[in-house]
Amino acid sequence: MKVTTRRARLMRHTGFYVAAFITTAFVATPILFALLGGFKDNQQLRENALGLPDPWNTANYTDVLASGTFWQQVFSSVFIALVTTFIVVICSAMIAFVFARFAFRGREGLFTLFAAGMMFPFAVAVLPLFIILRTFELLNSPFGVILPQAAFGLPLTIIILRTFFRSIPGEVEEAATIDGAGPWLFFTRILLPMSRPVLATTSVLALVGSWNSFLLPLVVLQKSTWWTLPLGVTQFSGQYASDTARVLAFVMLAMLPALVFYAFAERHLISGLTSGATKG
Amino acid sequence: MLFLLFVIVPVLFAAYVAFFRWNGLGGVPTDFVGLENFRNLLQDEVFLGDLWRLGLIVVLSLLIQLPISFGLAMLLHQRFPGRTAFRLLFFVPYVLTEAVTAVLFRLVLSPNRGFVDSILAAVGIETRIGWLSDREIVMFVIFGILTWKFFGFHMILFLAGRQNIPDELYEAAAIDGATGAQAFRRITLPLMGPTVRMIVFLSVIGSVQLFDLVYVLTGGGPFHASETLAITMYEQGFQRNQIGYASALSIAMFLISLVFALFYQRFVLNRDLQGSITTAGGNR
Repeated sequence: MKVTTRRARLMRHTGFYVAAFITTAFVATPILFALLGGFKDNQQLRENALGLPDPWNTANYTDVLASGTFWQQVFSSVFIALVTTFIVVICSAMIAFVFARFAFRGREGLFTLFAAGMMFPFAVAVLPLFIILRTFELLNSPFGVILPQAAFGLPLTIIILRTFFRSIPGEVEEAATIDGAGPWLFFTRILLPMSRPVLATTSVLALVGSWNSFLLPLVVLQKSTWWTLPLGVTQFSGQYASDTARVLAFVMLAMLPALVFYAFAERHLISGLTSGATKG
Repeated sequence: MLFLLFVIVPVLFAAYVAFFRWNGLGGVPTDFVGLENFRNLLQDEVFLGDLWRLGLIVVLSLLIQLPISFGLAMLLHQRFPGRTAFRLLFFVPYVLTEAVTAVLFRLVLSPNRGFVDSILAAVGIETRIGWLSDREIVMFVIFGILTWKFFGFHMILFLAGRQNIPDELYEAAAIDGATGAQAFRRITLPLMGPTVRMIVFLSVIGSVQLFDLVYVLTGGGPFHASETLAITMYEQGFQRNQIGYASALSIAMFLISLVFALFYQRFVLNRDLQGSITTAGGNR
């Protein structure tokens, strides 16, 4: 339809690429700095900050990978993230099912309450949360992080799931009922399998949220036994403040799981974030 | 239940404790001081500074960060080879943990010949700037890092909003003889309205809660020059055991978000709902 000459298109594309590459440089430079910096030693970092490592020095990476603390922190992060996600998704699915499929008095009010929960900034709650967790003796326990995180993850997940459950036509449920399935059977055998894509999306959101959380673990996990990666990185950078190359290697390795995960779950992550933002 | 226990109760509890002077130890708070914590808050220079810095971050975000994200979203909406790769790449910083990002940037900006200094030296500028230790510039440096971290997220949201505009509108406009610039002004901008308003909302609420990144980068220093509301709250509550005072601060944060959200919904988002919910029962 549009009549554009080859030349004009070429000009336009050149403009695009210039802007895109400037942004790419802006985005990638710090990450490349960490990646390459980890392969240098400190003297190289000082004298040859911009160039490639010469010689390539793998000691920083291998040292971190050989240390027990790194793997322990990876394990804590993974464990906390998985259990949080499991709780969030199971609970939300059931609650969203009730909100979507049963009519009862006060339903909308209760739902609004949940939705309003999304508005509570987490930082507001962290102090009283700390006192509550202390009362229940959940400090220094992974569940002291998992339970509050799960609670704060509920609202968004419920909203997304309810919207999806509602979009499934009532005929599906009627057909199941005629075949003799009760609500529970319908929920576990038909609705949940049908919702696999949304469940994946919400799981990814919960997983990423937990993986990245910092303030709650910082407050709850005072002993290093259950430290998650974000806490570990911060602590490590303080402990080895003068050994920049080693810290860079640690930072890079701590970023790696998120990058790999992003590479695989990119679609779910982005669709989850956009739908979360627009429906919230 | 879980939700009630860990979301609603804490906020109510904070509201209660805010009226006491309490170090958080032993039993229930007993030293009732009424509104004193709030009165002190309003005279606390750190708190007032927090508010000022919050305003600064919000204004900078609206004037610089969001327009850049918007521009890039428009750019990546165009068809050209490699745009998917760019899209993926620009989103990467958002995926990284804030605390880890902060450690990385502390090294990038390190005062003794850090990476940025080396780059500047390579192009012939010898600097002795303490990127994170100079009171005058620390907030702008932090803003730069925030932009690095979050522009990709905003860009993806803008992009999603742009993709929701049907192509038919542009085809119709082209048939009617509209130029590209006209189509942008008359179609793209108005129809992107809801997306823009939502992103502004998310951006402001996010700024109120800012903690991880700044805490790890500077700890709020030098001399409170980059402190945020959440950091002040953390310092007072967890380092100095001023639980009552910190609770008052939490409540202040809560009220700021709440008031903003209500006003925003009433006066700005309202427009997006008109004709759907608010006016469904006739004119108000």
